Amino acid sequence: MEKMKKRHRRMTPARVANGTWKVIRGVIIIGICFIILQPLFFKMSAAVMSETDLYDSSVKYIPKNFTLDNFKMAIKGMELKTTMLRTFLLSGGVSVLQLMACLLTAYGFARFRFPGRKLLFGCILFTMIVPPQIIMLPMFMFYRFFDLLGIPSAVSGSSVNLINTAWPYVIQAVTCTGFKNGLYIYMLRQFFKGMPRELDEAAFVDGCGKFRTFVQIMLPSAVPMMITVFLFGFVWQWTDNFYASLYLPTTKVMATSLGSLAASVYSQYESFGGSMNFISPGFASMMNNTGVIITILPLIVLYLICQRHFIEGIERSGIVG
Amino acid sequence: MEKLLKKRNGKIKLTLRGKEAIAGYLFALPALIGFFCFFLPMVIESVSFSLHNMEVTADGYVLTPAAKGGLEHYIRAFTIDPEFNQMLLEAIKNMCINVPLIIIFSFFAANLLNQKFAGRAIARSIFFFPVILTSGIVLGLESSDLLVQAASEAEMNSDEIASFLNMARFLREYTNLPAGVIGFLSNAVNGIYDIIIASGVQILIFLAGLQSISSSLYEASNMEGATGWENFWKITFPMISPLILVNSIYTIIDTFTNETNEMMSAIKTTIFSDVKYGYGSAMAWIYFLAIGVIVLIVGGLISRKVFYYDER
Repeated sequence: MEKMKKRHRRMTPARVANGTWKVIRGVIIIGICFIILQPLFFKMSAAVMSETDLYDSSVKYIPKNFTLDNFKMAIKGMELKTTMLRTFLLSGGVSVLQLMACLLTAYGFARFRFPGRKLLFGCILFTMIVPPQIIMLPMFMFYRFFDLLGIPSAVSGSSVNLINTAWPYVIQAVTCTGFKNGLYIYMLRQFFKGMPRELDEAAFVDGCGKFRTFVQIMLPSAVPMMITVFLFGFVWQWTDNFYASLYLPTTKVMATSLGSLAASVYSQYESFGGSMNFISPGFASMMNNTGVIITILPLIVLYLICQRHFIEGIERSGIVG
Repeated sequence: MEKLLKKRNGKIKLTLRGKEAIAGYLFALPALIGFFCFFLPMVIESVSFSLHNMEVTADGYVLTPAAKGGLEHYIRAFTIDPEFNQMLLEAIKNMCINVPLIIIFSFFAANLLNQKFAGRAIARSIFFFPVILTSGIVLGLESSDLLVQAASEAEMNSDEIASFLNMARFLREYTNLPAGVIGFLSNAVNGIYDIIIASGVQILIFLAGLQSISSSLYEASNMEGATGWENFWKITFPMISPLILVNSIYTIIDTFTNETNEMMSAIKTTIFSDVKYGYGSAMAWIYFLAIGVIVLIVGGLISRKVFYYDER
């Protein structure tokens, strides 16, 4: 033992190189973490500053006049309670629905051989490559004059306007045509492909049906992966303003109310007892920063809760296969 | 393909393989419906919009064929619109600079995060954090926010940092690298934040790949006396190469369809603010074809070098 310890302390060139690398690695990692977190600190400090601090060049990160007025104004300007509840229901519902649809599809492609499987999977990947912006006009038209198989017009005499309802989201989620669904299907398929086939066979021998095998044997072990996909779906839905401005032009969700936050606070400004002639860039920026903090706070909480499963899911996904 | 149907006692029945195929179709049904009933018709419709002039009426829209055999909008984009060509080239140029940087950075970061060190879990959570920070409206606001820009410019201009960061000048004075390389490098340094926050998903994919490389490969090669450097090039790099392909394509698409991309916002304004449906769709399709060609070229080039451990 004593001998081992002594050898441990000796400075061989390899040991020096190793130690140097450790130091360099530490510096690089801390540096990158700082670069990622710095804008967040900046936003935090801007959110609790008064506007005079913003123009004061002696103020860097620690505000001289600490205030929570920005938060009060932003919360009022965003109509936070209703908007957040609505966005929460929308994001939660959409991400659960699309998770279920993507799970089924991915399992189908991973486990069963059927004619045209490769071609059809190619089609799914193709949906990932086509940017949604390209088909946004047909999407809008489709839901504005919604007439699936002629059923709505047969019932009520004309097509139905689904804009400003949650239906377009639901339809997209259930049919895996939503935002980045191709990516989720790809990730889940890789995961299911990595599951040993013996599991299915054992279940089959025991008389377990295909769907039951899926639900009772495959899904429990796919939980980390499911959390990962759910988290992606939820986050991207929460901050999405592309579909929101397309399908919900007059209904406020977090992303759209964040975009117009400065203007809407400005229009209500007099109710706070102040007066403003125009929206100063500083004020707009302060509102934006406050709004971003409010918007991403629930996401950060969710991320920290899911984090362990999330990273586990990635480690076990074996996307490489 | 094996037979899906068999005849027994004069009746046609499904074989085991046939049952499997039916189950497969049933499981994949959501996406198949989505693709054939929603996605594909919309893509076709979008092409037809780009070949027509469109008028919106009270309950629907009327399409009239565009001039010059329907190609009017396409011709206009290339020959009449003063900004289109420039924006397209700009978008392609940005992509050529950013994609390699993002791939290199995310590969490097994934390798770092795969090593053992104190606080690894925290570092990982922070590295994946941009996945949240850079989605949708948050990123859009960031790029348009005056204060954030002013702050970062102020940091750049303050004396000590400027002399350090002004790498372009330093390189020009002390080395004789070609101007293109210097531009690339200084771009990398100045745009480090943009590169880092665009790499979240890529780091994730690379890390997953690194985790799935069997440790017995490394053990065997260490036994034979290979160094870490050799391990990296002979084991890690080939094993990870399929993911370089996946990531490159993902990154190209991601940078092209980003909210902050000028071209995307130009298409959106043309369609919704200027109400030029046909022209907007034509712009979108030219843009998509450009993406498609680039994806094909890059995919073709990289997949020739990709190594597959077990061919399937």
